Amino acid sequence: MNTIQTLTPSMERTRRASNRRTVLNVVLLAIGLLAPLAIYPVFLMKVLCFALFACAFNLLLGFAGLLSFGHAAFLATGGYITGAFLTSYPGLTPELGILLGTLAATLLGAVFGTFAIRRQGIYFAMVTLALAQMVFFIFVKAPFTGGEDGLQGVPRGHLFGLFDLSNNLTLYYLVLVIFVIGFAIVQRTVHSPFGQVLKAIRENEPRAVSLGYNVNAHKLVAFVISAGLAGLAGSTKTVVFQLASLNDAHWHMSGEVILMTLLGGVGTLFGPLVGAGIVVTLQTQLAQSPVGDWVSVILGIIFVICVLSFRSGIVGEISNLIKKNFK
Amino acid sequence: MTMIFGVPLMAFMGQLMLGLINGAFYALLSLGLAVIFGLLKIVNFAHGAQYMLGAFVALLGLEYLGINYWVALLVAPLVVGVLGVVIERLLLRRISDLDHLYGLLLTFGLALIFEGTLINLVGVSGSTYPITPALQGGTNLGFMYLPTYRAWVLVAALCVCFATWFIIERTRLGAYLRAGTENATLMKGFGVNVPLLITFTYGFGAALAAFAGVLAAPLYPVTPTMGANLLVVVFAVVVIGGMGSILGAIITGLLMGIIEGLTKIFYPEAANTIIFIVMAIVLMVRPAGLFGKEV
Repeated sequence: MNTIQTLTPSMERTRRASNRRTVLNVVLLAIGLLAPLAIYPVFLMKVLCFALFACAFNLLLGFAGLLSFGHAAFLATGGYITGAFLTSYPGLTPELGILLGTLAATLLGAVFGTFAIRRQGIYFAMVTLALAQMVFFIFVKAPFTGGEDGLQGVPRGHLFGLFDLSNNLTLYYLVLVIFVIGFAIVQRTVHSPFGQVLKAIRENEPRAVSLGYNVNAHKLVAFVISAGLAGLAGSTKTVVFQLASLNDAHWHMSGEVILMTLLGGVGTLFGPLVGAGIVVTLQTQLAQSPVGDWVSVILGIIFVICVLSFRSGIVGEISNLIKKNFK
Repeated sequence: MTMIFGVPLMAFMGQLMLGLINGAFYALLSLGLAVIFGLLKIVNFAHGAQYMLGAFVALLGLEYLGINYWVALLVAPLVVGVLGVVIERLLLRRISDLDHLYGLLLTFGLALIFEGTLINLVGVSGSTYPITPALQGGTNLGFMYLPTYRAWVLVAALCVCFATWFIIERTRLGAYLRAGTENATLMKGFGVNVPLLITFTYGFGAALAAFAGVLAAPLYPVTPTMGANLLVVVFAVVVIGGMGSILGAIITGLLMGIIEGLTKIFYPEAANTIIFIVMAIVLMVRPAGLFGKEV
């Protein structure tokens, strides 16, 4: 027996959007699987690590409306903790190292979040920036970070003790799996009831409070998830490049992840991916070109242009076009 | 030798003086941030870059044009202030009715541009600015040795802080500024040229940062990143004090400098982080900041 189901127009739209997303996900996964045939895997891994970092950041800015200027701290914490464990305990397998780094960043996220959510808007940004700077100074002094030199020669080791990660292609597929897991967590969070409440808080915090939602708890959980994923990105990056350095903890890095998200499209799922791809490519290409010294100036100019006249970002603009033309 | 808390008096007073000098810079910079924030509602991330530009105008002016210290103290704020006016007219104005976080991001981009450009022009290491002859040397006060230049910096910074407070709290222009902070639309209704006021305010804030930069030039190495590193600390100071009051910004700035100086004496390992720790404590106890109003 057939049951006839009628869909309201809004349900229809939601379903179509969800279908579109599935198609896009499948296409992206296929690209991800085939990409190393055409492009150098180490470069791809760098893009994936930063894309995960940007997705984590975007979860906070795009879906909860919280601008963190301190996400470098989580990237660096993940990286340093993973690096320190893998260097000091040679028996430790890389997946455990990554797990420990992610855990450390998550804990740090809980601490940061507890302080930062006590203020809103611009103050939130300044508090996170200041806390991240404190973490930077701690990493300069701490005994396990190697000070100004950072950690070098972190062993990649064998995944589960079985697969040799010194092979770039093997490692690439591990990084791809990690990215897919992280990206899935972000998508799942955004489309869950929890994610809907976050959006409600972003749009109108007093209203969310009056509807009975515990706004601070929601913000804190979002902050912790975001910090944890940023830490996962940092941990993975350490295994890939076999080093952890102060660069990752510097506030320039917090600025870079903002730029990636802004350029790709704040509040879009795929924007951070595109933004990270472009910024990493730019940095790599410019570094070899005659204008290599001007990278930070060029990034600054892109920043200004994005804020002035390109606020939806690349993916945002494209999806606006689609909405306008294919209703 | 007299001891205080187990530390020689001379060393103690010396560190306290250093802390007070740092505090004077925190006060000057957070004052500028507060003035700009009041009217534009923008956190000026380029404030550190403007401070750095002030120092470089003085340094390059001395090297290439022979501009002496006293002239630089006037010229550098003027140059950077005009640059601020241009920035406000060309860029900040366009995003004034958007979420104020965009202002933070735009000025961050500007900071990257200024910093990167100077790194390419003069290198990362920078150089030192000589103390002008009239302010060299020092006096032995018996309980401490007081370098003349440091005393001058303290006096000059406090005077400028006081003058700013006076302009804002006690003059007609200041009354306009404060009214504009409360309700800009109503001010327009009364026929006050608010856009001009905003431009002037941003230029003034930038000039204040540049003035601090010239004062700092003979004390600290003049490098392209000198402002950026300082700015993050100033942000923490601003969170501690709250941007609501001018006097609050000045007092918090000086207080944080002193606390930092004392930490250097008793627990030097934490000297870099103490202000951030104070910030965390203030956030827990009094989230709106010491002088802030809860919004």
